[in-house]
Amino acid sequence: MNMIDYIGALPEILLLALLCVVLLVGVFSTDEDQNAAYWLAQFALLAVFVANTNIGARTRLVLFDGMYIRDSMAIVLKDFILAFAIIGLVYARDYLRARRIVSAEFYVLALMAILGMMVLVSAGSLLTVYLGLELLSLSLYAMVAMHRNSAAASEAAMKYFVVGALASGLLLYGISMLYGITGSVDIGIVRNALAGSGGNPLATYALVFIVAGVAFKLGAVPFHMWIPDVYEGAPTAVTMFIATAPKITAFAMAMRLLVDGLQPLALDWQVMLTWLAVGSMLLGNIVAIVQSNIKRMLAYSTIAHMGFLLLGVLSANTGGYAGAMFYAIVYALMTLGAFGVVMLVAGEGSAEADRILDFKGLAQRSPWFALVMLIMMFSLAGVPPFAGFWAKWFVIKEVIAAGYVWLAGLAVLSSIIGAYYYLQVIRMMYFEQPEYIGEVHASGDMEIALSANGVAVLLLGVMPGLLMAVCIAAMRG
Amino acid sequence: MEQFIFWAFAAMLVFSACMVITVRNPVHAVLFLVVAFVASSGLWLLLEAEFLAIALVLVYVGAVMVLFLFVVMMLDINIARLREGFIRYLPVGAAFAVATVVAMGLVVGSKNFGLERYAAPARKAAGYDNTAELGTLLYTRFLYPFEIAGLVLLVAIIAAIALAMRDTRQVKNPKPERQVEVRREERVRIVKMPAERRT
Repeated sequence: MNMIDYIGALPEILLLALLCVVLLVGVFSTDEDQNAAYWLAQFALLAVFVANTNIGARTRLVLFDGMYIRDSMAIVLKDFILAFAIIGLVYARDYLRARRIVSAEFYVLALMAILGMMVLVSAGSLLTVYLGLELLSLSLYAMVAMHRNSAAASEAAMKYFVVGALASGLLLYGISMLYGITGSVDIGIVRNALAGSGGNPLATYALVFIVAGVAFKLGAVPFHMWIPDVYEGAPTAVTMFIATAPKITAFAMAMRLLVDGLQPLALDWQVMLTWLAVGSMLLGNIVAIVQSNIKRMLAYSTIAHMGFLLLGVLSANTGGYAGAMFYAIVYALMTLGAFGVVMLVAGEGSAEADRILDFKGLAQRSPWFALVMLIMMFSLAGVPPFAGFWAKWFVIKEVIAAGYVWLAGLAVLSSIIGAYYYLQVIRMMYFEQPEYIGEVHASGDMEIALSANGVAVLLLGVMPGLLMAVCIAAMRG
Repeated sequence: MEQFIFWAFAAMLVFSACMVITVRNPVHAVLFLVVAFVASSGLWLLLEAEFLAIALVLVYVGAVMVLFLFVVMMLDINIARLREGFIRYLPVGAAFAVATVVAMGLVVGSKNFGLERYAAPARKAAGYDNTAELGTLLYTRFLYPFEIAGLVLLVAIIAAIALAMRDTRQVKNPKPERQVEVRREERVRIVKMPAERRT
């Protein structure tokens, strides 16, 4: 243990230190809106972002006896996690304040969840994968339950907790099997031991549980049951938080476990991921059609999108991984914007605007934000000039190159089915008369962030090469 | 002799674990969980992990389970409602359970995990102190995960307090300054309903 370890892990250490300050400020602050905690949390995220981007060279660093890996994939993914968290907190603030569920603990738990994500993204050992996952999940369970007067939120939290605990148990069982076979929890050592041992049925057995754990986190069919209920029941601000950065983290978890650790078993996990992807794409897109609640619809859309993300991973080559990484980031960006508009429409009252009918005539009430929502919906559907199209394009291209032409055909078919329910929202916004009157209000910083979010999706659609170059560099480095 | 002790503890562990999920009374379930912990600490003793075995008894049996017992006794759990779906889901659940156990038995047997594939670890000398070894490892090689485990506990504390603590203010008093500010949208919601014929 020497100084270089601590300098390399400075982003995490800094986040932990500032998080404790937020906790203390929350204790002594008498402000009902917790403005001090909010700004301090934003400052913490920004400071960690700067530290993460600037400290040290972008070479691969293995610290704390292999427990912590700092490579360019970790740096890029952490940057995006932090950036989305900053924008997410901007969106969440008004919503939380209007519903009187704002508290310093909310910001502390959000920061803790982000710390868990950073640990997981940089995990070099099965032990840190598990601990990062627990830190993330426990914080999220509590955030879902924060709205204590809402029965739906309590129910969602309970379901999320029980299912999440089961998933952790499955993952741990798989990890214990791997430890039994290889005698180590270090991901690099596990990989070398498996590569040396050849076809070991026990390794495949462990793989089943580890894939199940990852699929739970991503929300891929048949491990998707929790997603619709949690998305619908949780306060929208928390739903947005669960739907964005943790999905990037789940991608990183798949990379660390399946690619870094279990690469020798690639033939096995390719088959498993293929069926997960097929199920997710079909079920997600078909069931989403009948949803009348926009949060539930976006939940099924998440399931479908995770199927697409898995296409990139199961191609099992650098291009496929880069495509999946591009997909995870773009997906998080689009969903962030979509939930941002849902919270914007919900407005300052305590009511929710979670029915698709609530979007009737939004174009008349707020032409600009209806346009932002239009961009998000087109992009989620995968319509060409937007970022979502390129995300689908890259993974489908890779999956064809890997020889799964039928899978690519299925992906295209399911995204055509999926276009229906995204266009439904657009139809509501542009071709229906509004049920409610009055303009849609938001604070200045939220309007700026939401506009920037819409522009970013458009910009990445015009110039996808910018982000793709970063993803390819991250996968090579 | 060691074989006999192993089988005795193992049988006790499997039996009590099954009882935890099948007995009707939740208090009995908790007590069976205590038995399960004691049995597994016995197995750990056979593996010469004395410190972990004692910690399991002291921490889980001594502290956590006693607390848990109190919680279960305080809560009024309606067992009949909990068991509502039991019979209906039993065939599906049982089929899955049997399939899983068979599949596991085929893979995780002595064929794949036996002594010929994985040699038994060498016995340590009599003076070997695994408490000291554990302490040294925790604060050197495993410092990073150890600290994160501490954070997980911190999250648990913060979450439990944030969720359990209600507002300290018990009296509800109106705030005139907010009452003046109230807007129509906050009080009235226009709901469209189709006209109905009077029957």
